[in-house]
Amino acid sequence: MLDKRMTPAEIVGQLNDGMTLGIGGWGPRRKPMALIREILRSDLKDLTVVAYGGADVGMLCAAGKVKKLVFAFVSLDAIPLEPWFRKAREAGQIDVLELDEGMFQWGLKAAAFGLPFLPTRVGLGTDLAELGGLKHVQSPYDDGETLIAMPALKLDAALLHVNRSDWRGNVQAFGPDVFYDEWFAKAATKTYASCEELVPAMEDAYPADAQANIVERCFISGVTEIPCGAHPSMMTPAYGWDMKAFKAYTDAARDPGEWDQVAARFVGANEAEYLASVGGKEAVAALPLPVF
Amino acid sequence: MSDNSNLNPSLAELCIAACSEAFRGNGEVVATGVGPVPRLAASLAKLTHTPELMMTDGEAYLVEQPVPLGPRGDYQPKFAGHLPFGRFFDSAVWSGRRHAMVTPTQIDRFGQINLSQLGGTHKQPKTQMLGVRGFPGNTIYHPNSFFFPSHTPRVFVPGEVDMVSGVGYNPAKRIAGGNFSGVDLRLIVTNLCVMDFGGKDHAIRVVSLHPGVTFEQVQEATGFELERGDLRETALPTPEMLAIIARLDPHGIRDGVIKDNPPARSAA
Repeated sequence: MLDKRMTPAEIVGQLNDGMTLGIGGWGPRRKPMALIREILRSDLKDLTVVAYGGADVGMLCAAGKVKKLVFAFVSLDAIPLEPWFRKAREAGQIDVLELDEGMFQWGLKAAAFGLPFLPTRVGLGTDLAELGGLKHVQSPYDDGETLIAMPALKLDAALLHVNRSDWRGNVQAFGPDVFYDEWFAKAATKTYASCEELVPAMEDAYPADAQANIVERCFISGVTEIPCGAHPSMMTPAYGWDMKAFKAYTDAARDPGEWDQVAARFVGANEAEYLASVGGKEAVAALPLPVF
Repeated sequence: MSDNSNLNPSLAELCIAACSEAFRGNGEVVATGVGPVPRLAASLAKLTHTPELMMTDGEAYLVEQPVPLGPRGDYQPKFAGHLPFGRFFDSAVWSGRRHAMVTPTQIDRFGQINLSQLGGTHKQPKTQMLGVRGFPGNTIYHPNSFFFPSHTPRVFVPGEVDMVSGVGYNPAKRIAGGNFSGVDLRLIVTNLCVMDFGGKDHAIRVVSLHPGVTFEQVQEATGFELERGDLRETALPTPEMLAIIARLDPHGIRDGVIKDNPPARSAA
């Protein structure tokens, strides 16, 4: 059986310029930030990024990696407006397909099922269809209803960050909400998951937690162990988000406002250096879970 | 105490009470209040007139006892159910089993709302905001109400909003054959008044004025013509309601919502 363990650099080596890349998580939650940082250390460019966006999208935009963004929002939650995404948009730097949050997951599901589109009422009566070139479709049944044909959001690759995996790609994800990670994986040709903990065999290590297996291993192409790999986003229940880091990142968008001057602080030369710069594993593990 | 005349609630507290009316008698739907005033309003509704409302802890669990705002000390939310985003569209939005109260950046005379961008073009907006989020789906599938802490023509815009993120009652946007039967805009509460969509062809209509506010003042602060309903004075919250609000907002987050945190009735 295939051993799916890879290094982060090997995962990024599987990605090509111009690819459509899905990123799991939601805003400042459960983001595969270590893999995003690995992309930021690479020459990869001209990506179409599909994400419920947070700092992943902001950083990729700031670094000029994004040709087109498919999004419903980009936000750091407690800091509502993602500063680097905002700069990129206001500079007219990226192409966009703006979608409703529900349409977005519907597009992932269309891709997962191999369908060209799925019909929906969502978007009717708004500017989305016209701005995004979304077409209408008519029900062939007696109701004859006019609907929007939400096109499949087919992904060349998806990146996830999960709590645990084994070498075969049996993943487990915890926390109150795992968002649409399952559907990113199923919409993608290849999905790569970083994990907080890599175990030799899930059935020996954590058999009682099998219900946390959010997506079956046939949808996982590669796994890599990166503790604290979601930092500065939150990874319930392991650690909360790092609002201090988000604040510094947000401030840097105003002063100096040039990514090239600050990238080293937010990306690091390598992951070990990055983790050390934010206080190491202990500091990340001590980040409290936010209350709402 | 049944006589409220010696109470002096804040304008924010009056707004919370007025907003809670939006949820009255809604039944078993998820009441989502985004922001302190709408959230306290939904919680107040559940703890007073509409206990059957459903709501979350602000994240992914359903609670029967509304969760107070801010740092919780020893308080532990008690979870009665689970409603993660992964099920949200199936369970709450696309089923119509939800009533959301939100604060868009702009709203126009058709009730069209904008949270995405201001000015410029879609390729290069002058000001990029959050994005449309869930507004397109919310507005075509379930009831929605609005709270605005600052009633100005920059919010209640002339013409149409810069980017239509949520469906309104604009006939020009009604695609032939589309099913708009789920569009159901309910209440608008601002720092000046309460409005609904009960005017001609769902026009926005002022239904109550907060103490000391005139219709002319509201019209002046609005970028389009308003209908004048059967105007009343917005009711003050009762002592019982104020006690619930205080318990749900122990850190006084509501005090920062409306500029200078004015009282509901001016001292004069």
